[in-house]
Amino acid sequence: MVVNSVHWFRKGLRLHDNPALQEALNGADTVRCVYILDPWFAGSANVGINRCRFLLESLEDLDTSLRKLNSRLFVVRGQPADVFPRLFKEWNVTRLTFEYDSEPYGKERDAMIIKMAKEFGIETVVRNSHTLYNLDKIIELNNNSPPLTFKRFQAIVNRLELPKKPLPTVTRQQMDSCWTDVLVNHDERFGVPSLEELGFKTQRLSPAVWKGGEMEALDRLKKHLDRKAWVANFERPQINVCSLIASPTGLSPYLRFGCLSSRLFYYELRDLYLKVRKHPNPPLSLFGQLLWREFFYTAATNNQNFDRMEGNPICVQIPWDHDPESLAKWAEGRTGFPWIDAIMTQLRQEGWIHPLARHAVACFLTRGDLWLSWESGMRVFEELLLDADWSINAGSWMWLSCSGFFQQFFHCYCPVGFGRRTDPSGEYIRRYIPKLKNYPNRYIYEPWNAPETVQKAADCVVGKDYPKPMINHAESSRLNIERMKQVYQQLSRYKGLSLLATVPTIQEEVEPPAMEDSGAHSSNDVCPAQPSRKALLRKRERPAEMQRAAACTQPKVQRISSAEGSADDQQ
Amino acid sequence: MAAATTVNYYTNYSGSRPCRMKRGRLNIKPDSEVLPICDGAVKRRRSAAVGFLCSQSQQHDSVEDWGNLPHHVVLHIFQYLSLVDRARASSVCRPWNDVFHIPDLWRRFEFELNQPATSYLKSTHPDLIQQIIKRHAQHLQYVSFKVDSCTESAEAACDILSQLVNCTIKTLGLISTARPSFMNVSQSHFVSALTVVFVNSKSLSSIKIDDTPVDDPSLKVLVANNSDTLKLLKMSSCPHVSPAGILCVADQCHGLRELALNYHLLSDELLLALSSEKHVHLEHLRIDVVSENPGQTQFHTIKKSSWDAVVHHSPKVNIVMYFFLYEEEFDPFFCEQTPVTHLYFGRAVSKEMLGRIGLNCPRLVELVVCANGLEPLDEELIRIAERCKNLTAIGLGECEVTCSGFIEFVKMCGSRLTQLSIMEEVLVPDNSYSLEQIHNEVSKYLGRMWFPDMMPTW
Repeated sequence: MVVNSVHWFRKGLRLHDNPALQEALNGADTVRCVYILDPWFAGSANVGINRCRFLLESLEDLDTSLRKLNSRLFVVRGQPADVFPRLFKEWNVTRLTFEYDSEPYGKERDAMIIKMAKEFGIETVVRNSHTLYNLDKIIELNNNSPPLTFKRFQAIVNRLELPKKPLPTVTRQQMDSCWTDVLVNHDERFGVPSLEELGFKTQRLSPAVWKGGEMEALDRLKKHLDRKAWVANFERPQINVCSLIASPTGLSPYLRFGCLSSRLFYYELRDLYLKVRKHPNPPLSLFGQLLWREFFYTAATNNQNFDRMEGNPICVQIPWDHDPESLAKWAEGRTGFPWIDAIMTQLRQEGWIHPLARHAVACFLTRGDLWLSWESGMRVFEELLLDADWSINAGSWMWLSCSGFFQQFFHCYCPVGFGRRTDPSGEYIRRYIPKLKNYPNRYIYEPWNAPETVQKAADCVVGKDYPKPMINHAESSRLNIERMKQVYQQLSRYKGLSLLATVPTIQEEVEPPAMEDSGAHSSNDVCPAQPSRKALLRKRERPAEMQRAAACTQPKVQRISSAEGSADDQQ
Repeated sequence: MAAATTVNYYTNYSGSRPCRMKRGRLNIKPDSEVLPICDGAVKRRRSAAVGFLCSQSQQHDSVEDWGNLPHHVVLHIFQYLSLVDRARASSVCRPWNDVFHIPDLWRRFEFELNQPATSYLKSTHPDLIQQIIKRHAQHLQYVSFKVDSCTESAEAACDILSQLVNCTIKTLGLISTARPSFMNVSQSHFVSALTVVFVNSKSLSSIKIDDTPVDDPSLKVLVANNSDTLKLLKMSSCPHVSPAGILCVADQCHGLRELALNYHLLSDELLLALSSEKHVHLEHLRIDVVSENPGQTQFHTIKKSSWDAVVHHSPKVNIVMYFFLYEEEFDPFFCEQTPVTHLYFGRAVSKEMLGRIGLNCPRLVELVVCANGLEPLDEELIRIAERCKNLTAIGLGECEVTCSGFIEFVKMCGSRLTQLSIMEEVLVPDNSYSLEQIHNEVSKYLGRMWFPDMMPTW
């Protein structure tokens, strides 16, 4: 029987460690690598030019790599549901492969495509390779609900086997055995579009700070590891002004688009640690960045409302203000706080900002100063940030605005003092807000406090050349801490005076995770496990909000089941 | 019919816990969902449930009608229902509708006033507000107003207040859910509305009017009418009140047990008045110390003898202080012994200042520091552990402590630290301890699992 495979690229824009692509090649007569691009969506307002450029560069890179293997990338314009029936017929497809997508929207889309393929008599093969672990397994081990604290998540991960080893990259030999004819008009029909073609204006576009593609990702991975080996330090790096600037060893956008396999990164890092430290058990903190990513993917996978406040069982309901004008000032870097404005400028220009910078601007927008909804901040990040995955972006915003995950809210980042701690001379601000470059160090974080003579000498008068601060931070943080307290007191039903005790106790930290051997038993429980004796000793009840979290454990969209003979994480 | 219209506007009402309300639930049509319960067929099927509700000896056919449930039973059930559910149930039949209006169900009410353009929250329906003013004003006892950041919302609250004439309100709360909008209402409008309540409800016991333009004359009216009953007064950030105004309250209202105010209203005289023999024991004093621009405000000091008088008179009093000051403005504070129990520093505070806390705050229970300079706070924390024997809660934000210093602190405090919230970045690894070890060590001394607070490194 003839096997005509189509591998559908979505994330996972790489040839290395691509188990689904390997399945496409396995014993096939022809293989076509497809990316489906909806030109209307790609050019729409919620995809920023940097993000789109990164995607197109990644696709170019894939095409280049495939050419070297005597194949091509087929970029098909349209939407999956419209495109596939056409391709299935035209290419007489018998096998469709793609990487497992854990996000609710993706699961829904994939379920539909699998159904469609089945109607065409096409076999579908789905493989997990975007995340290190099987997220459903983590949820199962946590009494069938996603862990709500990072510590709990780490405890569960500690009990899992190591992630699967990355697979080698696709070879010329493999490709040759399923050589596929490329049409003369391939570039015309299936070429990678340009930014202009998608409706972006590129006249004043500065060169990309982050260049998309697998080649670049692997190059960066090497540099990343070389630097780690060089400093031989696996602990949390000290943050300074250099950390705030885009680094040639940064990897997060490449992980987001799947230009880099998280498992390859994991094992390379692990091997290096074993070599340098000669210690058999690397600590979990070594993989911090990767684990945060898994944590948010796990929290989101069964929660369709993960990106909003209403109807989201893990999100605390906070009466945020609506104020489009203030939101625009924040998004466009016109708050009058140089530290905040510099961060937002870097984000817009380059598509990446340091995690600490994200904390600063997210806190400022929400619980710290402006009291605006995290959802609106999330949408701005979605447009501008290269590594803003749906799950991670929404999850981080909930975390940073203290809308979920049991965060203490007393800690507000000061829009003046916080930046100054990291970069006392304001080098970062001078770089992104050149207007302020002549300000003395003392006033660079608070130019409105500079005497008029200083402002004139620096050739930047506050209120004229640079905006006045849009809010009084002392006043707003006083009001906002009261407001957070109101919200959390209602949640925890705590009536005492302690500010710290206002945040509800974390039930799950005192509950044992489901034991492996009792897994079958507990998986039938809809309710969370009975609180242990220790939990009962605590005076406060588990807040209703959090009890409802149990509701989100029931997957709304069934994971593509192996009963279909399709999904299989076991490889 | 009246009942039907009632349901319409109650079902638009978002309820006091909007988070629990699902849209689908709010849209339930009374005729399809509720009315069939009165239908005979349904009645048969549900007779078991009715039997459960009625006393067991009365299971005759005649009482097997939901409408014939005794008033007190329906009332009892209604007390467990939200307003929306009560409203829906009240459209079932006339007897239930009668119960709906029983005064007992109208003692407590929360008016929610929001503008759709600025708030996520919905509002109390205007028709419901009218009905309450007309039919239930005299039943209201515990009244609160929640308003968003729009002046219109605060004005609407004032309009309602002005109409609460025949009332016996006991507790009144004006709560801003976003930016305080009562401050934007004209002072005369606000004061006249508030005094309507003060004059007409002569047994007010608890008043929460933070962030409002309340002034001295209105406090005088309060004192003149409610001095025997007033127990709680919260008025943080009320700029139109003077030290003399609040002193008048303390002098006359001897039952006052809880007071919240800003530091500029705090005087030696006030503390002495609250500690006079005629005065009840003070339970809770909250003081906000706020400075909006550096160097603009000169902060006075309170005499040690005045603080001593407070603690002598009310040995169990909790004194909560929230500081929002610039670093250089802390000089007047904690130079002498201060009986503060809960301390919150919303802005950067100097190492020296924290050193004084260990020396002069022996009653300290909770300490929260949002930010501090770059020098480690080891000595200061250890001194606090040594001298603040009641300390049970501590939170550190942008500060630095060495791992050894922190372990020493935790070791000295031991399991009495029931709340320990430290950002991971606060802890500076040193030769003795790494970050990995610290969680084990601290957990050991606390006698429970402990982790530092983390932020996503994403």
